[in-house]
Amino acid sequence: MIELDNVGYNYGGGELLTNVSAQLSPGSFHFLTGPSGTGKTTLLKLCYGALSPTSGRVRAFNMDVKGLDRDQMAMLRRRVGVVHQDCRFLDHLPVEENIALPLTVSGKDLGQEEANLRELMNWVGLSERSHATPPELSGGERQRAALARAVILSPEVVIADEPTGNVDWEMSQRLLQLLVELNRMGKTILVATHDLALIRAAKNQVQTRVLRISDKRLQLAGADL
Amino acid sequence: MSGRIRQLIVGDAQADRVVPPSGFTAQLTLFVAAAMAFLAVFALALSLASGRLADRWADELARAATLRINAPADQRAAQTAAALTVLEQTPGVASARALTADEQAALLAPWFGAELPLDSLPVPQLIEVLETEEGYDTDGLRLRLQAEVPGAVLDDHSRWRKPLVDAARSLRRLGLFSILLIGGAMAGMITLAANAALAANSQVIEVLRLVGAQDGYIAHAFVRRFTLRALIGCGVGVAMGMVGVWLMPAASDEGGFLTGLGFVGWGWLMPLAIPVLGALVAFIATSRAANKRLGDLT
Repeated sequence: MIELDNVGYNYGGGELLTNVSAQLSPGSFHFLTGPSGTGKTTLLKLCYGALSPTSGRVRAFNMDVKGLDRDQMAMLRRRVGVVHQDCRFLDHLPVEENIALPLTVSGKDLGQEEANLRELMNWVGLSERSHATPPELSGGERQRAALARAVILSPEVVIADEPTGNVDWEMSQRLLQLLVELNRMGKTILVATHDLALIRAAKNQVQTRVLRISDKRLQLAGADL
Repeated sequence: MSGRIRQLIVGDAQADRVVPPSGFTAQLTLFVAAAMAFLAVFALALSLASGRLADRWADELARAATLRINAPADQRAAQTAAALTVLEQTPGVASARALTADEQAALLAPWFGAELPLDSLPVPQLIEVLETEEGYDTDGLRLRLQAEVPGAVLDDHSRWRKPLVDAARSLRRLGLFSILLIGGAMAGMITLAANAALAANSQVIEVLRLVGAQDGYIAHAFVRRFTLRALIGCGVGVAMGMVGVWLMPAASDEGGFLTGLGFVGWGWLMPLAIPVLGALVAFIATSRAANKRLGDLT
């Protein structure tokens, strides 16, 4: 699905990541961990094309991300659902329309997708709050709405950046549950988190691999968790 | 292309909602468009009127000349007859007619009053000469008249006609140039407004990019708004401008040039092109601004 081949990234003030190679195969569940500031978000952005690597190559769906023009990049984003750390909604639209936004911008007929949308709202437990605007939601509700928006186009890959960053343990369990269910449906999942308890909880339910960034490099961490 | 224009006008209710409504810039764009269209109507009226004036002067005056016969009273009739003979024989002269005493009196009345005893004054006899399409040889006619009618002076009006026609033509040029300037100023203002709207909505644009919106979709949401605003604003401005022109007193001989400032016949349809052109200007200006700004994003 997504391959990183000797990828390096340089913000201008020295290397942040160097010689990073990884492969997300279809149906896999990866965690990305490491202390904050080590480049977890950067690595995720490299995966969905928001940043382009300063060295090495990123391939998504067998296409070199660097060679994509802007419209092809937009098409790539429709195949990769992203849950941002800070969610990012259109604050003037109700949650329901925010979740349906990927449908709107890709020109899908909302009438036909109505049932899908209902089901998805139900799945993330936001049916009651469909008419609230994003600023009126709690942290956990926002994260679930962001997850629903990320998966509404049925992407093959879901990338989540600290989805449990601002929510309590019970809510992170619930979010994890949703991600695990998605993985069982065959989606490739990549979750960045520094919450080791969350990773442990996931390991009990699904086969996961843990990637750890340390010293600018990516390592496969396994046994020590 | 026609599909794109239709889509632009009909729009997509959902796409429209993704950009938050912006009250102040919207009103400002409407106001600017209306003001510019209003000014454009007057610039258009000015250039059309001065164009008509230039054409009329050039046309009427070019075809007419006056022969003035300064002769002692006893020879006047004889010289007039001789001059008419010469004129009739000149190729290129369509007609030549001596003005009657009454017509001459009417011409002089504005200066000397209606009570003027014309008979007792040595007023020169005037002959109105109308030329054909081809025209006549002015210098040749002058030489011949000099020989045969010593008291005759040919005045072909070109001496004072030219500067007037030139003035009217440059007035028309100024009017057209003003329309161009107005269009340019509107393009500039709408670009500024569009840039402000794009900057104010940078987060919206980012979110749209994030969920896979193509540049065309994002640009379209902004372009449609500004194009419609310009169209509506210009429509209001043109309507007001046209009412203003319509309320001006009708063209009359007493008012001369000033009251001729307006539209005639089909000319009334020309201002209707202003909203369309305004919308086109807004469409191009906003498209360029949006594409430039989107190109700067990742």
